[in-house]
Amino acid sequence: MNNSPPDRANRPRLELHVPEPPFRPGDKPDFSFVDVPAAGSAPRPGTDAPAAETWPLTETLVRVLDDSGQPVGPWDPRLPAEVKLKILRDMVTVRIFDDRMYRAQRQGKTSFYMKCTGEEAIATAAAAALDREDMCFPTYRQQGLLVARGYPLKTMMCQIYSNAGDPLRGRQLPIMYSDKPHGFFSISGNLGTQYPQAVGWAMASAIKGDSRIAMGWIGEGATAEGDFHSALTFAAVYTAPVVLAVVNNQWAISSWSGIAGAEKATFAARARGYGVAGLRVDGNDALAVYAAVQWAAERARGNHGATLIEFFTYRAEGHSTSDDPTGYRAAGEAQSWPLGDPIERLKQHLVGAGEWDEERHQAMVAECEQEVRRSQKEAEAVGTLPQQGFDEIPSMFEDVYAETPWHLSEQRDEAMGEAREFLGHEPK
Amino acid sequence: MTTRNMIQAINDAHRVMMERDPDVVVFGEDVGYFGGVFRATEGLQKQFGKQRCFDAPISEGGIIATAVGMAAYGLKPVAEIQFADYIYPGYDQIVSEAARIRYRTAHEWTMPMVIRSPYGGGIFGGQTHSQSPEALFTHVAGLKVVIPSTPYDAKGLLIAAIEDPDPVVFFEPKRIYNGPFDGHHDKPVTPWAKHPASEVPDGHYTVPLGKANIVRAGEAVTILAYGTMVHVALAAAEANQVDAEVIDLRTLVPLDLETIVESVKKTGRCLVMQEATRTSGFAAELATLVQERCFYHLEAPVARVTGWDTPYPHAYEWIYFPGPLRTKNALKKVLES
Repeated sequence: MNNSPPDRANRPRLELHVPEPPFRPGDKPDFSFVDVPAAGSAPRPGTDAPAAETWPLTETLVRVLDDSGQPVGPWDPRLPAEVKLKILRDMVTVRIFDDRMYRAQRQGKTSFYMKCTGEEAIATAAAAALDREDMCFPTYRQQGLLVARGYPLKTMMCQIYSNAGDPLRGRQLPIMYSDKPHGFFSISGNLGTQYPQAVGWAMASAIKGDSRIAMGWIGEGATAEGDFHSALTFAAVYTAPVVLAVVNNQWAISSWSGIAGAEKATFAARARGYGVAGLRVDGNDALAVYAAVQWAAERARGNHGATLIEFFTYRAEGHSTSDDPTGYRAAGEAQSWPLGDPIERLKQHLVGAGEWDEERHQAMVAECEQEVRRSQKEAEAVGTLPQQGFDEIPSMFEDVYAETPWHLSEQRDEAMGEAREFLGHEPK
Repeated sequence: MTTRNMIQAINDAHRVMMERDPDVVVFGEDVGYFGGVFRATEGLQKQFGKQRCFDAPISEGGIIATAVGMAAYGLKPVAEIQFADYIYPGYDQIVSEAARIRYRTAHEWTMPMVIRSPYGGGIFGGQTHSQSPEALFTHVAGLKVVIPSTPYDAKGLLIAAIEDPDPVVFFEPKRIYNGPFDGHHDKPVTPWAKHPASEVPDGHYTVPLGKANIVRAGEAVTILAYGTMVHVALAAAEANQVDAEVIDLRTLVPLDLETIVESVKKTGRCLVMQEATRTSGFAAELATLVQERCFYHLEAPVARVTGWDTPYPHAYEWIYFPGPLRTKNALKKVLES
């Protein structure tokens, strides 16, 4: 039974290295070991530069806002105030939306929710930097893309409640939105799948001589999936017009980013192995996120190839409403995270620049809160999850194929018969 | 003897085998420090160290492929795939590699490995957290496929699977991790603590692979079920006062055909149940086997109770789920023909 290795005393005994996070529950988090280079210190190559010129940038952090909120260095996108205020408002809306929906799940109004607290800049600033026509292949913490592109909050909530207003007809898990007109590809619960799909969309755009590009997102944990490597290979081989984001928020449920390889190399550095451009960016600095996506988008549009961008950030909340992060993570980590809160940082910058003040900020937060509450009331008037499931039964059998085959028609009739018996009346 | 729910029984099976056999290693996403998202591996890393119980990258293909390599060395890896819905990136390694290596190397290499994964719906998991993909694996020569329905069986079958010299796909019905369930969406699970099947012996024991369990004796009809469906079958038989013989298959491959044939020859009627989509499901295989072996004893055509041929929906999962009503109607058909 015991498979003992042969005894060779003159050779070193091998052992497996299993990465461990620096802190566990009970420890005091101290991120002083995290190298945070000065804002403005990273050079900005031309968007047509050879990929190799960007590779030093995969080992540092592109940062724009310094500790006092001043934008510094060559990556400052020099945005007009209204663009920055739009990003700020979108981030605030997303955070309020997340809080309300988290609470709705706890109240039993839906089955599941995932917040993006602390990561709001990544989707909202990326949306601002992309063209409205560019196609996004998001993963599950990019609700900010829809918010930034003006998708109705009520419709997002109807999807979360799986009610009659859910455009996805109660088929997807809450938060797994899809909306083609808003350039938001369907989210999959299987991780990493959308990454090579973004490359394929971009390849198609190039095949057709279009000018639109694609952007894909993946979490740092899912970079271990084979799909990540397929995406990079195809993107490199065909010089696909795509921007590929890795959101490194340090945690994949309970697995620290070291389990995805963060101890050995940055995620941005993987760009080198494939010969594409790479950037490592402060993901809590909305201006740096904007600048990086804008740079990569311009590069893609100019047929200079794909860019892999690692957004260095922190998942301030649990993985989802099904997760208890106190079981594996030290208390206070989010507060100790050296890159701060993206909303506070952009607000500080705008106030410092004289483009914003506390009074207007409070008024804006109140407005966003009102908007979210109003949308929630409207969505809940349509219905919440516990009441769903008997109202449109035949719809369950539609869209499996373009045309419903005989076996599904038969099964639909069987299901209707069951429902009639169960309900004691004719279902809709 | 200790009262355990299914998760605790599975956890105990790991512990027993890791204590007995230093070649048993356990890995998968979140299984190490945290003990798995369903807590099936809780405490194992603390007891056995990180060399034997560790977190894996989010790479199902990588997890299964490295398990193949570990088995090639001579270890007995137990790999957890967090949800059965995530198993597809590892499918090639299971189907083309693990399942065939004994055959293609004339058993120079063997694959003593177990792939554990929670399957099935009833948890509001939507289409990516609720599937029952067992038929994709029963179709593959060289694999064994095991699905327990009680804590006792879960522990005994998992130990047998770990001790088995061939690759075993071990699907765990997550809807009944905490207790049996009769398929009514508005009724909670009965905790295993209130159920006789929750008495789980301490220490080592096995439930042999390939041996079904007659969980309810009867004369009127044979119901073939596995996993969550065993509990739906029992509830339907009780509620409708049908003298049904309910057989919990426990392992789909190898299948205990003898018990099935003997029962159907006695009752003359047969209902097969699966939660999975209907077309090309394991129920179709069961119906064919019964027809082949018991044709002249059958009083009625074999009936199927299954999920529908749609992806698993979120809001409509109780319309999808083959519950007691669908079972009742199928029983009626079988009994009245």
